[in-house]
Amino acid sequence: MYNLPVIRVNALRKVYGSRVLALDGVDLHVREGEIFGVLGQSGAGKSTLLRCVNLLERPTSGTVQVGGRDLTALPEGELRRQRQRIGMIHQHFALLSSRTVADNIAFPLEIAGMSRAQRRARVAELLDLVGLADKAGARPAQLSGGQKQRVGIARALAARPKVLLSDEATSALDPATTQSILALLRRLNAELGLTILLITHEMQVIKSVCDSAATLREGRVVEAGGVYDLIATPGSLLTRELFPLPDPPPAGSLTLTLPIGRADEPIVSSLVRTYGVDVDIIGGTVEDLRGRSAGRLRVRIGGERAAEALESLRGRGVLVEAA
Amino acid sequence: MNLSELPSVLWQGTVETAQMVVWSALLTALLGLPIGVLLVVTDRGGLRPLPMIKAMLGAVVNVGRSLPFIVLMVAILPFTRLVTGTTIGTVAAIVPLTLGAVPFYARLVETALRGVGREVVEAAQAMGARRLTIVVKVLLPEAVPQLVAGLTVTVVALIGYSAMAGAIGGGGLGDLAVRYGYQRFDTGVMVVTVVLLVIIVQLVQFLGDAVARKLSHQ
Repeated sequence: MYNLPVIRVNALRKVYGSRVLALDGVDLHVREGEIFGVLGQSGAGKSTLLRCVNLLERPTSGTVQVGGRDLTALPEGELRRQRQRIGMIHQHFALLSSRTVADNIAFPLEIAGMSRAQRRARVAELLDLVGLADKAGARPAQLSGGQKQRVGIARALAARPKVLLSDEATSALDPATTQSILALLRRLNAELGLTILLITHEMQVIKSVCDSAATLREGRVVEAGGVYDLIATPGSLLTRELFPLPDPPPAGSLTLTLPIGRADEPIVSSLVRTYGVDVDIIGGTVEDLRGRSAGRLRVRIGGERAAEALESLRGRGVLVEAA
Repeated sequence: MNLSELPSVLWQGTVETAQMVVWSALLTALLGLPIGVLLVVTDRGGLRPLPMIKAMLGAVVNVGRSLPFIVLMVAILPFTRLVTGTTIGTVAAIVPLTLGAVPFYARLVETALRGVGREVVEAAQAMGARRLTIVVKVLLPEAVPQLVAGLTVTVVALIGYSAMAGAIGGGGLGDLAVRYGYQRFDTGVMVVTVVLLVIIVQLVQFLGDAVARKLSHQ
């Protein structure tokens, strides 16, 4: 389904001044057509990482390849041309308040040297694409946050980039608006084959749209992979973040990670019926991950046939870990 | 003064003040804008960091800002003669007025441009815009209301300076107030002149505010 990595970040280091280490040897491969989320607390270096991908921030060492070209090696003029093929959306939208919605969207086309007539036609298409055809003449100040981000998205896609970078694009939005923006990104990903690299501190974003994810801590990638694969991986940090359970776990309790797409099966009750075990449910979370259910339970299992019961759980694809 | 002369004298003074202020304001805008842009662009973290240029430019601007206008005016008399061929009259006064106001306005331009959000500038960079494009299509248009407000403040300052320019024969309302009101103890002329100056300043401020508001899309 996926082709070669369209974004390939290798051994990226970024040091500010002489001591502040923002990125400490980051490798990241984003495959064509996927939505890749980088998750991290503020200060983890995710913003620096994203800004290194289009070289808004120049890395101290390491390489950044987008579409097979090493951006770090390009002269300035060529870098500008490559940037025109990488869209970017921003936390605070970064629209020009002095321009109308249509003129904001046309801005990258002006930079690319497109004629006025072509620009007008393309802007009309883009306004339709993001559902703002009636707002062409409005100023950003007259729009809601969600509408502003739609303009931001239309502008980012104006020059038909294959790659979109998203810098906390939904962090300034309320939950309902966040969902509508995420749905739009998912749609554009599917319809245009757009590859999206996003950074976020919101689990909701990872849950709703990301195919793959990486967790960044203190400038290092501590975990990366497909979201479904990570959930099936023992000890996964992402799983812990996605399905929070009460802490600290009581002695002797187990954590069950349910197989993707089957979190709604009556696993516990069938266990009780078949093996006659006692199952205490201490906590649990079930989430919808891009249409497939997934979840985690913290339980204590007692009874003579407890070992057998656990074996049968494993046989059904449940990941059983000591809590 | 004969009361019947008053209107024509006042009118002449107003015209002279207007000439001095309008011309020097135009020249100030023309010179102050690029200097303000350079101050921002060459700064550390600017679009084209050039610490040496920035330091030199900043120093020159600060010297210009720290000289009292009356001192500046006298100090540059030779330069004024070089440019206009004379040191007396309304045209000659435009030279020191402009030189006095340019550093002032350049700093206001600098502040206005710094007010443009960093994210917006970065967005343009991320689109692959050239530096000149960013200055012309992002920084300046986004700062227009603040640039207009700054120009208004500068024009008001110029009206004040222009009164001092009267001292080197620049004419104008300030000159009128000094000659009739102070030197001839003609309090009536003094009061009328002051009232006229206040009205002009109010008018300028009102107009400037209105234009800035009209151009703001916040």
